[in-house]
Amino acid sequence: MRRMTTLLATSALAVTASATFAQEMADSMTLVSWGGAYQASQRNAYAEPYKEMHPGLEVVWDESSNEAVAKLRAMNEAGNVTWDLVDVVASDAMRLCDEGLAMEYDPDELLAPAPDGTPASEDFGDLIVSDCFIPQIVYSTTFGYRTDMVGDTPPDDICDVFDLEAYPGKRSLEKRPINNMEWALLCSGVAKEDIYDVLETEEGQNQAFAKLDTIKDQVIWWSAGADTPQLLADGEVVMGSTYNGRLFSVIEEQDQPVAMLWDAQVFDLDGWIIPAGLPADRLARVKDFVKFATDTQRLADQAAYISYGPARQSSAPLVGEHAELGIDMAPHMPTDPDNAQNTFLYNYEWWADYRDDLDAKFQAWLAKG
Amino acid sequence: MSSIDLPSTPKPSLTRFVLPIVTGAGALFGLLTGSAMDSPSPGLVIGAVVGAALAYALVSFMPSRRAGRWAAVALFAVIGLLVGGLPGIVAGAAIGGVMGWITYWLSTGDYRNTVPIYYTAPQVLWHNTYLFICGLIFFFLIAPIVTILPLSFNAEMFFTFTPKMLALDPEGYSLRHYRDFFSNPDWQQALANSVKIAPLATLLSVSFGTLAAIGLSQEHVPFRRPIMAILISPMIVPLIISAAGMYFFYSRIGLQGTYWGVVLAHAALGIPFVIITVTATLVGFDRSLTRAAANMGADPVTTFFRIQMPLILPGVISGGLFAFITSFDEVVVVLFVGSAGQKTLPWQMFTGLREQISPTILAVAAILVAISICLLTVVEMLRRRSERLRGMSPA
Repeated sequence: MRRMTTLLATSALAVTASATFAQEMADSMTLVSWGGAYQASQRNAYAEPYKEMHPGLEVVWDESSNEAVAKLRAMNEAGNVTWDLVDVVASDAMRLCDEGLAMEYDPDELLAPAPDGTPASEDFGDLIVSDCFIPQIVYSTTFGYRTDMVGDTPPDDICDVFDLEAYPGKRSLEKRPINNMEWALLCSGVAKEDIYDVLETEEGQNQAFAKLDTIKDQVIWWSAGADTPQLLADGEVVMGSTYNGRLFSVIEEQDQPVAMLWDAQVFDLDGWIIPAGLPADRLARVKDFVKFATDTQRLADQAAYISYGPARQSSAPLVGEHAELGIDMAPHMPTDPDNAQNTFLYNYEWWADYRDDLDAKFQAWLAKG
Repeated sequence: MSSIDLPSTPKPSLTRFVLPIVTGAGALFGLLTGSAMDSPSPGLVIGAVVGAALAYALVSFMPSRRAGRWAAVALFAVIGLLVGGLPGIVAGAAIGGVMGWITYWLSTGDYRNTVPIYYTAPQVLWHNTYLFICGLIFFFLIAPIVTILPLSFNAEMFFTFTPKMLALDPEGYSLRHYRDFFSNPDWQQALANSVKIAPLATLLSVSFGTLAAIGLSQEHVPFRRPIMAILISPMIVPLIISAAGMYFFYSRIGLQGTYWGVVLAHAALGIPFVIITVTATLVGFDRSLTRAAANMGADPVTTFFRIQMPLILPGVISGGLFAFITSFDEVVVVLFVGSAGQKTLPWQMFTGLREQISPTILAVAAILVAISICLLTVVEMLRRRSERLRGMSPA
């Protein structure tokens, strides 16, 4: 009898164990991303290769990263999460993590180690800025200018954006305080290391707004990453800020008379989060995909389609040539030493504390005459 | 007019009437051309002088209207060529046509032709101003649509009239955005989804809407007005509210993110259009016909399909058309109720516009405009045909 019980218990254990190891994987997967060239780079670098390895798998893309936070909240409320893997910027990942909408993970368990055996947590290093955030790329928000509208002295300093005499004409800036406030303070004489201390004070904020006031009537405000490229191509603006990959596309792929102004570019991170509470089969599928999609080679492959820096240190030496144009991609990366002489890193902690307040003040400032 | 000779109105004065107006029109065109070339004031003056000279020359020396107008077109085309090269010819010819037409329209007294002979000068002025305002409204409605058509043949990746396009250089035009639409799997999937969703949603809207309209037109149905109000409420309630409500409701019952969920949601949006058009047609429907049919032994179903349906068909068809276009154009509800697998054309256009600003959207828009024009033309022809067959004069 005792032996019988033991036998039963063992076989039950074995069944459970095999169930956990050979977890049934869902045969369809909904990935959420930003659309456009960025989504195409993800598709080419890892979604298509993964599909080839797993015939019969259906991959559906949803271009909803822009409203991912709101949509995930609604899905959670309705008890019907239809997304499996969501591409978001780091600050959104932090919010989703705080609200319990994104799954926390262990980097060394979920993500593949580097080819030389360095564990993922070291390979990604500081870029894992949240317990839920799986970093993919480093991008930057920086300026592009029309080469045919700036005369013989092209701008090479961030403060040229505020110089209406040397560079008359409209400029486009993002319709939010982040980045604009930092640039304004930097150009009104605040030292780079003091910027966030100054920006915490009422006078500091007023100083930034005063600097922005000097160009306010020459600014076209954008809210989608595609706006500035369109405005530059139209010649509607002489310079404008946007994501560096968009500018790369305008300059190299669309052949427009535009050049980069890398000074004081602001680095930010983009990556995946896994929604919390996925059913076991979908979770198993997503984990399998993420392990593949964020390995060293895949992240380096992505750089062949778009000029964003891979988030793994071990991927950087593998960055090669553009997939279609055949140009060397390394000099177009925001992290290239020539481009990264003067940079900011998006200050997540600071903006998490001050974002709501400054958003309100910024909107009020915009509305004021 | 008949053979009776009406006293002809005196010819309008050249110097006090025709000349000032044509000079004004010339000044306006001059101002527009001048503004395009960054010198509005000289443009205004030159335009006024040319206009005055043209009016004087045409009225005094060119009695033949046809020859005079061609002369004006040719003259302005040459001016356009000198000013703006190849594209200048087109613009110049258009301006010349308008100027020549205005001159003869005024100088021969044609501008009074469409009004009764007893109208006073202010009344004539108002009548023509009114026509002009109507033309302007028409222009404002059509201009945005006409603008996107040439832009969709842009060779660049931006929503921009490039210098090459303006110079009518064939290199500035291409079919690449149309190619992209027909070869890109995202767009093809969106097109397939739209084509799968819209007809079924239309079918449901038409069936339910027609039945509801017939039922609600019966005198004996209680609470007709409140029921009607509820049924057409999707048309009145802001779409975003319906969409959010449907999202939470459909999630609970497992319809969110499914094909049938989107079809049902679109059907609900289409029903009000069908109810309204069919109810309007039923007003003119003679109920004694159904009673006569019943009297001859037809059951209600036969009566409906053989007697009532053919007579109210125009209303049903136009309601169905509205329902179809509602589903085909709808973006808010599908964003909520659908998931990525039900991405329709408007959804794809919406995300494309926000993330990429790709002219493929313009190519799609041009194709959709063409489809809409075809649909409306077909329906209008069907309607006229059925009216002719029934001996009614086309409205």
